Amino acid sequence: MSQTIGLADEAVATPAPRPGGPAVVLRDVRRRFGSRVVLDGIDLDIGRDEFVALLGRSGSGKSTLLRALAGLDPDYEGSVQVPAARSVVFQEPRLLPWRRVLQNVVLGLPRGARARRQGAAALTEVGLSDHVGAWPATLSGGEAQRVALARALVREPALLLLDEPFGALDALTRLRMHRLLQDLCARHAPAVLLVTHDVDEAISLADRILVLDGGRITVDRRVELDRPRERTDPRTEALRAELLVSLGV
Amino acid sequence: MTVVDAPGTAVLVPPGAAVPAAPPAETGLQEAWPGRRGRRSLTIPRSVRRLVGPLLLVAVWQALTAGGVVSARTLAPPADVYRAGLELWQAGELQAHLLASLRRAAAGLGIGVSVGVLLATITGLLRLADDLVDPAVQVLRAVPVLGLLPLVIIWFGIGEAPKIALVAIGTAFPVYVNTHAAIRGVDAKLVEAATTFGLRRGSLIRHVVLPGAVPGFLVGLRFALTGAWLIMIVAEQINAKTGIGFLMNEARVWFRTDIIVLGLVVYGVLGLVTDGIVRLLERTLLSWRRGFAGS
Repeated sequence: MSQTIGLADEAVATPAPRPGGPAVVLRDVRRRFGSRVVLDGIDLDIGRDEFVALLGRSGSGKSTLLRALAGLDPDYEGSVQVPAARSVVFQEPRLLPWRRVLQNVVLGLPRGARARRQGAAALTEVGLSDHVGAWPATLSGGEAQRVALARALVREPALLLLDEPFGALDALTRLRMHRLLQDLCARHAPAVLLVTHDVDEAISLADRILVLDGGRITVDRRVELDRPRERTDPRTEALRAELLVSLGV
Repeated sequence: MTVVDAPGTAVLVPPGAAVPAAPPAETGLQEAWPGRRGRRSLTIPRSVRRLVGPLLLVAVWQALTAGGVVSARTLAPPADVYRAGLELWQAGELQAHLLASLRRAAAGLGIGVSVGVLLATITGLLRLADDLVDPAVQVLRAVPVLGLLPLVIIWFGIGEAPKIALVAIGTAFPVYVNTHAAIRGVDAKLVEAATTFGLRRGSLIRHVVLPGAVPGFLVGLRFALTGAWLIMIVAEQINAKTGIGFLMNEARVWFRTDIIVLGLVVYGVLGLVTDGIVRLLERTLLSWRRGFAGS
């Protein structure tokens, strides 16, 4: 188990980028809201099929960073290099209530039989092949979030951005979603940035964990534990304790 | 229901009978619903029950007018109103006036609703247009539509045009105000999510903004329809040769309260029918709200 805990500038160099070049390259990214500095010089490379979890207290700027990567924020300084094919899953499913499930999944794709086929296949992948024609209002929270996942994956993103996607789900559903997400990521192999405040979620899913604090990346750490990662494994517990300290808990 | 009383003995309790309960004093507990449970309410269908009120109203009206408490010159009895309606229908007059009224309402509503929706869409989507148009519309909205009557007559003369214009003006405002508010009220998070999936302006409007504004538009449409009939009643009593309002105004000259009431009934029925049309529209356009997966 290699450990790399250090300051931001040191951290960038440590994790070796995967072969094929990085999927995300950030250089000296800054973001201010008025006089408040939320991102204070972020340097970050994410590899092509790397699963990165970004931890941070609320208000630490994790969502701001994700919005910059998603192309939802035009007001950052510095350089944010991302692939064209990106998808976002938000904390809320954000499905259009007036479009049926399948139409929500293929939203924005070129219309036609091909898109419908791909959309149906994506829904099958998340286990919702029976809900193709359902209205979003009839879905449970977990089902709606699975539709949001299908909608993200049907675009075959090179970068999948997840903004606390399981935060609003109950504990059991969340565990099931973790397993689903791992399966999907193994199959589609996108680069993933998961923004979360849940240390256990980060440990169980990520190849690499970052901690954002005071607008800087203060921890950049590879997780080289075997999967499935048991909560009771002493190494997992040590990692959790360490991350909680760096989050100031 | 079988209640085991003691080992080996089963006591049959007839269905519906209360199960002997422990006295509250012993446990300090009580049945959550102390009355009889699972009782069916009256078996008269709800639609029939809802008819009782209106029928009673007609019965009282008939009793008062036929009994001489209220003279026919003040208010015609329902039977007379029915007879007047039948006569006018057989003469073909009622249909002609009804058609004239419907034509005016349709033309006025068509213009008013189109203008309202168009204006609301433009101001709802473009901030510049909003800043230029919306304050002016909000000021004009405060003017009572019927107050425009003399002006409208000067502008459009005394033919069909002033009546249609008045209905159009009166219906454009509620449609505009409600649709505009609904467009502005569309969840920004949905718009944001849609942009991350590559939707650009045109498809954003088509898939996100306009469908999201439909509920508000329908509220506006409902107000517009009610308003349209209100305006028609007044507009048709001035310088008209046809229409339900004209029919009523003419009846006033001859003290024919039966025809006046008939006109009111016709307006009432028209109001009900148009309301039913909006409800049907709601059911089809807003089926996603009911949450049934029915295709």
